[in-house]
Amino acid sequence: MFSIFNAAHAASTVPMAATDIAVQWDSLYSFIVWLSIFFFVLVVGGMVYFMFKYRHRPGQKTVYFRDSHLLEGIWIGVPTALLMIIFVWGYSVYHSMKQAPSDSYEIHVIGKQWLWTFQYENGRTTVGEVFVPINKPVKLIMTSDDVLHGFFIPNFRIKQDVVPGMYTSIWFMATVPGKHQVFCTEYCGTSHSGMLAQVVVLDDDQWEAWNNNKKLGNIPKAGVEISAADHVADLINDEYSVQPKTSQTSMFSPDSRGSRASSDSEQFKDGILISAASPMKSQFSLVEQGRVVHESKGCVACHTVDGTVKVGPSHKGMFGSRIELTNGKFALADENFIKNHIENPKSETVKGYAQVMPTFKGLISETEMNALIAYMKSLK
Amino acid sequence: MSNHSTGAVAAPAGRNYLNHPKGIMTWLITLDHKRIGVMYLFTVLLFFAVGGFFALGIRLELMKLGREILDANTYNRFFTYHGAIMVFLVIIPAIPAAMGNFVLPILLGAKDVAFPRLNLASYYIFIIGATFAVLSLFLRGADGGWTFYTPYSIRTNTTVILVLFGAFIAGFSSILTGLNFIVTIHKLRAPGLTWARLPLFCWAIYATSIIQVLATPVLAITLLLLCMERILHIGIFDPALGGDPVLFQHFFWFYSHPAVYIMILPAMGIISEVIPVFSRKPIFGYKAIAYSSFGIALIAFIVWGHHMFVSGQSELANFVFSLLTMFVAVPTGVKVFSWVATMYKGSIHYYAPMLYALGFLELFTIGGLTGVFLATLAIDVHLTNTYFVVAHFHYVMVGGTIMGMMAGLHYWFPKITGKMYSEKAATIAFWLILIGFNLTFFPQFILGAQGMPRRYWSYLPEFTDLNRLSSVGSWFIALGFLYVAYYVWDAMKHGKNAVANPWGGLTLEWQTSSPPPTENFLETPVVTAWPYEYLPENITMPVNQG
Repeated sequence: MFSIFNAAHAASTVPMAATDIAVQWDSLYSFIVWLSIFFFVLVVGGMVYFMFKYRHRPGQKTVYFRDSHLLEGIWIGVPTALLMIIFVWGYSVYHSMKQAPSDSYEIHVIGKQWLWTFQYENGRTTVGEVFVPINKPVKLIMTSDDVLHGFFIPNFRIKQDVVPGMYTSIWFMATVPGKHQVFCTEYCGTSHSGMLAQVVVLDDDQWEAWNNNKKLGNIPKAGVEISAADHVADLINDEYSVQPKTSQTSMFSPDSRGSRASSDSEQFKDGILISAASPMKSQFSLVEQGRVVHESKGCVACHTVDGTVKVGPSHKGMFGSRIELTNGKFALADENFIKNHIENPKSETVKGYAQVMPTFKGLISETEMNALIAYMKSLK
Repeated sequence: MSNHSTGAVAAPAGRNYLNHPKGIMTWLITLDHKRIGVMYLFTVLLFFAVGGFFALGIRLELMKLGREILDANTYNRFFTYHGAIMVFLVIIPAIPAAMGNFVLPILLGAKDVAFPRLNLASYYIFIIGATFAVLSLFLRGADGGWTFYTPYSIRTNTTVILVLFGAFIAGFSSILTGLNFIVTIHKLRAPGLTWARLPLFCWAIYATSIIQVLATPVLAITLLLLCMERILHIGIFDPALGGDPVLFQHFFWFYSHPAVYIMILPAMGIISEVIPVFSRKPIFGYKAIAYSSFGIALIAFIVWGHHMFVSGQSELANFVFSLLTMFVAVPTGVKVFSWVATMYKGSIHYYAPMLYALGFLELFTIGGLTGVFLATLAIDVHLTNTYFVVAHFHYVMVGGTIMGMMAGLHYWFPKITGKMYSEKAATIAFWLILIGFNLTFFPQFILGAQGMPRRYWSYLPEFTDLNRLSSVGSWFIALGFLYVAYYVWDAMKHGKNAVANPWGGLTLEWQTSSPPPTENFLETPVVTAWPYEYLPENITMPVNQG
């Protein structure tokens, strides 16, 4: 027989709050919960009271009335006012969720059936675990290699669909060290429920150690006390390329008939860019990897990096600028703009230049694209 | 007692729509709205059983993490079929097409709908659509969920295209039925049945029909585009072909959000009929309830983006959709408050229709309040695509629509079959279903708030207890509905004959015999009063006098 009430987790209806925004979220959530309880008691309590009080008895008389504009006014006006409060509150918390601080540490995320790959500024790539510093804003710039995925961190109360062909992003500033669960929340095929990951929040020392490729001790689940034995045992290896390991192994035994959508496999490139399935650390930073892509894919033939103009506009200072297009509109040169321009150059052309750029669709992998974007961001 | 003058109450020599003319063929080619309604009802209940079977499979699999009875691929097909069948083949047609067909013309005092042949055609179009969907079951199945989000639905190697095509065809049935009902309500009302005397069920069906006619074509074209993309590889939704996957979500929800109100408004119409009859009181706020149906129908068209707060849609769009969504709660609240106010100082009789109406109020209130959570931007970001959403829409769709359908089924059972069901059996089944429902779906709110995503074949160990509780609840629901099937069958075989007006209702369907003659009324009825004119002394029901 199973127990319902002895488990502590059943008692609390929300997970741990591990960011300041999660704390704000909890306040609003509690407010709506209590308001809902009030209205539930009002409506269903009233109903149950009437059920007993006015049950049919012989000889009874009902009271004839058809409406009351006062009552109707009240139950239109009061809920409307309360709903507006909830709306404004909800929007303001949401707005903070969406506004990543400009000094955020950026990590590129690629979702692919059924694993998560993370690329860092220092050139490293990890799978299944993303390492982030505590108390510093972190922005995840995400795309998908195949179908829709969703990146959901319950402890941070944030979630964002990961869409093929475009970049979406979320940001957070974790306040609790340790591992935080990540779920995929858009159905993506056979092993959708196995497409898990962990956000590993490192304290300042661990973060420095990780950046210097040093070994880290065993990092526990967030909120769990570490025993001394755990400290000694189980040092994770230098690669940090742990496949999402877990006790519920059954979740990771996808059926052999798995319906995985096909996608191009990543190529090895000068020993720098690597397959998403076999991550490794790199001695080259993401920006340096991007420079190699910029040269090897032939971008440099038309686009300089020093501000001089060749066939196309220079990439120096391009990222983040407002660009006028031939159709008279302006576009912000963000991640989506660059990706779209590389894959669908005919869709929009920068004013003053001829439409001669060929498409690179299918010629640049998602990991290469991330490196290229990081490189273009560095060309200030 | 009656406010209507009708010609004759009983048809000659026990002749009624059920037994005249005889023969299966006369049913299959019938133009009688009542027979078409009954055929819809049978079809819908059959699919309800099939959809329920898939639901039980889902809950059994989730009894424990990892594989219990289904592998992941089979499980994915189960929840896809459960959703697609329940939405397209059960909840959308259940009340308008099945019960609406039977009751609406009689409520209006008409002989039939405006276009009887079109009505029969709608039924067969529905059957053809359903056949395509069911056919896929015997091929490679379909996965991706009933929402068929791209690009997964374009790339999956399952026979999802048959289900899409089936839903596309069934959509025409929905459009034609809506059109038929609108014209019927406008043109075939009995003398004296002014708009201000129109029963609230008719108002609800009217609002529903408008949505059906305006929104369904968008779904049709969307599904057609998806089929074309799968077959001809035209790049519309798949980014690999130059398409935009989020565009599909806009198209899909532009229909499917209004469709939510196609599902719930008719149920609300039934509740508005049942509560005054069993409270022996005039409905409170007749105009407000009638107008709120249109308020809901109107807002329904401009809130689709609230399904897409985390899709990558812009912050501005999210702002607008969240704001507009808040306003749905206002007319919905008006209805709920009005129903409770109707009971105030009434003389309340507890028969199965009323029990289901009260069950509706309890469950729908929870469904509605949890909708506010999801309309709130920041809150939705955490809760969307988790079990919280699953619980919310089951409280609205099952707690609302299915409870409303059960209320209507029992309320009109004497009229449709000419028999009385066992009140005792119905009460037992009601409690099984109500308790089972809360047991199944309430824990899912907590699971969702704790972070368990939907459409998961397996889950983390900490979600085990609540999942088991939910699975156990599903058995109570199944037991309840099996019992309903049994006593309905028993009532049709052995039930005692129903009188014309067992509940003492004032609407027109109670002024003709049970079951009605083929032409509904032997003489055209003339309406002289409002249909909720229950006077203070009028507190008894014929059913508890015999």
